[in-house]
Amino acid sequence: MIKLDNVSKLYGTGSGLTDVTFTIEKGEFVFIIGPTGSGKTTLFRLIIRDSLPTKGSITVGDWDVVKLPHQKLPNLRKKVGVIFQDLKLLSDRTIFENTVLPLEVRGVNALEAKKQVELVLEQVGIAAHRDKFPIQLSGGELQRAAIARALVLSPEILLADEPTGNLDPKTGKDILKLLSDINAKGTTILMATHNLEVVDHMHKRVIALEKGKLVRDEKKGKYDSS
Amino acid sequence: MIHLKTTWHHIRRSPYQAFAAILIMLLTFFVVSVFAFVIVGSSKVISYFETKPQVTVFFKDEAKQENIDALKEDLESGGQVSSTKFVSKDEALAIYREQNKNDPLLLELVTADILPASLEVSAHKVEDLAPISEKLKESNYVQEVIYQKDVVSTLTSWTGALRKIGVGLIILLSLVSVFIIGTIIGIKISQKRDEIEIMRLIGATYWYIRWPFIFEGIFYSVAGALLGWIVASGVFWYASPFLAAFLRGIPVFPVSPVYLLILLGGELLLAICLGAFSSFLAVLRYLK
Repeated sequence: MIKLDNVSKLYGTGSGLTDVTFTIEKGEFVFIIGPTGSGKTTLFRLIIRDSLPTKGSITVGDWDVVKLPHQKLPNLRKKVGVIFQDLKLLSDRTIFENTVLPLEVRGVNALEAKKQVELVLEQVGIAAHRDKFPIQLSGGELQRAAIARALVLSPEILLADEPTGNLDPKTGKDILKLLSDINAKGTTILMATHNLEVVDHMHKRVIALEKGKLVRDEKKGKYDSS
Repeated sequence: MIHLKTTWHHIRRSPYQAFAAILIMLLTFFVVSVFAFVIVGSSKVISYFETKPQVTVFFKDEAKQENIDALKEDLESGGQVSSTKFVSKDEALAIYREQNKNDPLLLELVTADILPASLEVSAHKVEDLAPISEKLKESNYVQEVIYQKDVVSTLTSWTGALRKIGVGLIILLSLVSVFIIGTIIGIKISQKRDEIEIMRLIGATYWYIRWPFIFEGIFYSVAGALLGWIVASGVFWYASPFLAAFLRGIPVFPVSPVYLLILLGGELLLAICLGAFSSFLAVLRYLK
């Protein structure tokens, strides 16, 4: 489903990623762990081609991401939903308007889009807040809104960048449960985190990055190497 | 449809910028409308003078009809004259009475005897008017010769100058409008950088992001053109009685509503081109 082969990304200020190679199969739930600045966000940006690698190749499904023509980018981004670390919700639009945005961008007709948004808002548990603006919601509710927007196009892959980062433990667990449910329905999930409890609790595959290098890849890993 | 919705959203969020953009377009199209009125009006005035007799010969009382006919035949055989029209003493009185029908005192004082018979002569070329006039003055039966000299050519040169000033002003204002609309759209794009980034990341194509900005430029331009046309037409309608009195006898008024609608159509077309062009420039510059 996702394949990185010797991928490096160099920034002017230093290395972002160095010679990273791994393969993720369809339907997997994978934690990408590592301290701040280890290259987790860079990895996600490369997968959705928000940035190009300095060297190496990236494959998502049948697409060679590096060589993908510009006009095919929207198709890649339909296939890969992203929950951004800073959520990237539009503050002047309601939760409904934020969630419907990817459908509008795809040209889905208004009636069909409305149905899909209502369904996904119900799924993530914030249907009651559909007409509120982001500023009116709590951290957990905003996180759910970001998940709803990432899910509304039914992506095959979901990249979640620190989705529990700013949440209290109880809300963090709820979000994790939601992501597990989405994964159970067949969506491949890559979740970047440095939340030890979450990783240890789930017993899922763990890919650990350190200073841009892949230092560990375990099938049923824990946060710390055993 | 979705692009128009987003465009409207953009406009509502920054009404002052929208107001400034519409105002500059209003000014541009007001000037376009005014010069369109002036150019069409002056063309009508010129064609009026072109069809009027250019030399008028007044005959002495002793001139007999056969003398006048001989002079007329002589003129027409020269090849310089395009048409002639004889006005007898009685016809002159009838014209005088028509012109002064509201003033009984003037009507009482004048009889056919004191009004001279006349011949109105039109030439093919303006430069032939002087020789025709000289020739007529040589006749013993002619009391006075009046000719309009180069009224038409003076008017033509004035209209030409006005047209040049108008075109220059319109080009200058159009350039100013293009830059102002382009700058306003550029500011809008900069303000919405985060939103544009998010749109891009969730899979929006470049054109999906660009269209609302291009429609926004077209909206400002079309709104300005419509208001400019309404203001200019309003001023024109208000000033019509004064202008009609000033241009008495010259058939400039009433102006057909069809003409005003054609002007509006042309202005809207120009507005769409100007708006699209300026916002497209901004989009190319700020949305790479």
